[in-house]
Amino acid sequence: MPATVRIPTPLRRFTGGSEEVGAAGDTVGAVVDDLERQFAGIKERLCDEEGRVRRFVNIYLNGDDIRFLSHLETAVKDGDELSIVPAIAGG
Amino acid sequence: MAYVHGLRCRECGADYPHAPLHVCELCFGPLEVVYDYAAIRGVLTRAAIADRPRNLWRYRELLPITREPSVGPYSGCTPLVRADRLATALGVDELYVKDDSVNHPTFSYKDRVVAVAISKAIEFGFDTVSCASTGNLANSVSAHAARAGLDCYIFIPDDLEQGKVIGSGIYGPRTVAIRGNYDDVNRLCSEIADKYRWAFVNINLRPYYTEGAKTYGFEVAEQLGWTLPRHIVVPTAGGTILPKIARAFEELAEIGLVDGPMPRIYSAQAAGCAPVIHALHRGSDVIEPVKPDTIAKSIAIGNPADGYYVLQAVRASGGWGEAVSDAEIVDAIQLLARTEGIFTEPAGGTTVAVTRKLIASGRIPRDESIVISVTGNGYKTLEAVRDSVARPFPINARLQEFDQLHDSLAPRPPRRAAAQP
Repeated sequence: MPATVRIPTPLRRFTGGSEEVGAAGDTVGAVVDDLERQFAGIKERLCDEEGRVRRFVNIYLNGDDIRFLSHLETAVKDGDELSIVPAIAGG
Repeated sequence: MAYVHGLRCRECGADYPHAPLHVCELCFGPLEVVYDYAAIRGVLTRAAIADRPRNLWRYRELLPITREPSVGPYSGCTPLVRADRLATALGVDELYVKDDSVNHPTFSYKDRVVAVAISKAIEFGFDTVSCASTGNLANSVSAHAARAGLDCYIFIPDDLEQGKVIGSGIYGPRTVAIRGNYDDVNRLCSEIADKYRWAFVNINLRPYYTEGAKTYGFEVAEQLGWTLPRHIVVPTAGGTILPKIARAFEELAEIGLVDGPMPRIYSAQAAGCAPVIHALHRGSDVIEPVKPDTIAKSIAIGNPADGYYVLQAVRASGGWGEAVSDAEIVDAIQLLARTEGIFTEPAGGTTVAVTRKLIASGRIPRDESIVISVTGNGYKTLEAVRDSVARPFPINARLQEFDQLHDSLAPRPPRRAAAQP
């Protein structure tokens, strides 16, 4: 069973409207690559030309910001949950 | 007449219609309101502003509303206090405190952004408003929603001060306390906002909400007789207000209401949550998120969405920034209270303490005008100073007991002489 990825509204036009999709990979980076294989064009929205996660994109693995883990190198297991979340103003 | 063209991505420049949208579909950059400054220039004059009621809507052409405002008739127009006793304590010539601790109705700068956001929510036809909050925003959304007759859900971390929690609950919202910090609340709310069709003031109404913060800067300029200070120190949490104060000064120059050099802008953070100051001091554009650990809970945002724009605004202005410890924050809360009679929350203590540090290090010169931005009220966060303030002397209602007490107290230096730092 692959990882589950929660897709935010601005990216759902890539996933045919799906809020949640499955994607496989040993690392967060590999999961993003698998998303790109399934939904061409989505990686460009998440990562810049050098392959780094864009400034205003947050990716969480099971609720933890991957910047507190190993960024795109963070290991992913089957059944893990990834969330892609746009940055939000303070409060 | 409306002076708003629409929304534009601050990063890639993509244009969007006037709608409850907040991120660019192309690059996830934040969307910003685009105004017709040429048209505003002829309408929003000093005289026109002077004739209007004393609330934040006096600058309405530079705010993103297209109908009459629905809320906020008493919000904004807070005092700009000439702070001579604090100036003496800090060893500077000309010092002001812009005091949003007395903003209406909930005693923080958030009453500005919420007045705009709720007016927009009503324009867009929402019946439910919501927010992710470290406390002050929740207080303001709850109060404005009550007055506007809107349903209200607020989401807060579960470790907030009692004053912040009760200060929302009293207005009757549904309050949800998330086990975690503000960044956890934010992540959840982003997913809730995707699912429920509510007006989340700091999510899908973010482009409009943040515009309200400009009125803080507009007022500083108007209250200084349409001049700009040389230096302004601003607290940083998510990074909304500092870039918007910079924008406010630029817009006033753009429409011809002020001239002269732009102020230098300084960011203030608590050492226990200083991701922006770390990046500033490193000379980096990349904000590394942190896990907050500070008594300054209202600015404990470890993953500041607009931190990048704080860095840009500070650097473009020639300013700087510092972080201070919780002990320095508590000390500065007392210094402001005891020199100027203003009781601020730890965010304000942070700003005062950082100002003191920047003056001491020579970053801010002693002979130029300085504004300290106080954005919240200390009566909401009594926990922060409870153990630092002297307990009352308990006596019975007998004159003899008071005489004994009075004789036992060491004499105090006369208060007319200003305190030393």
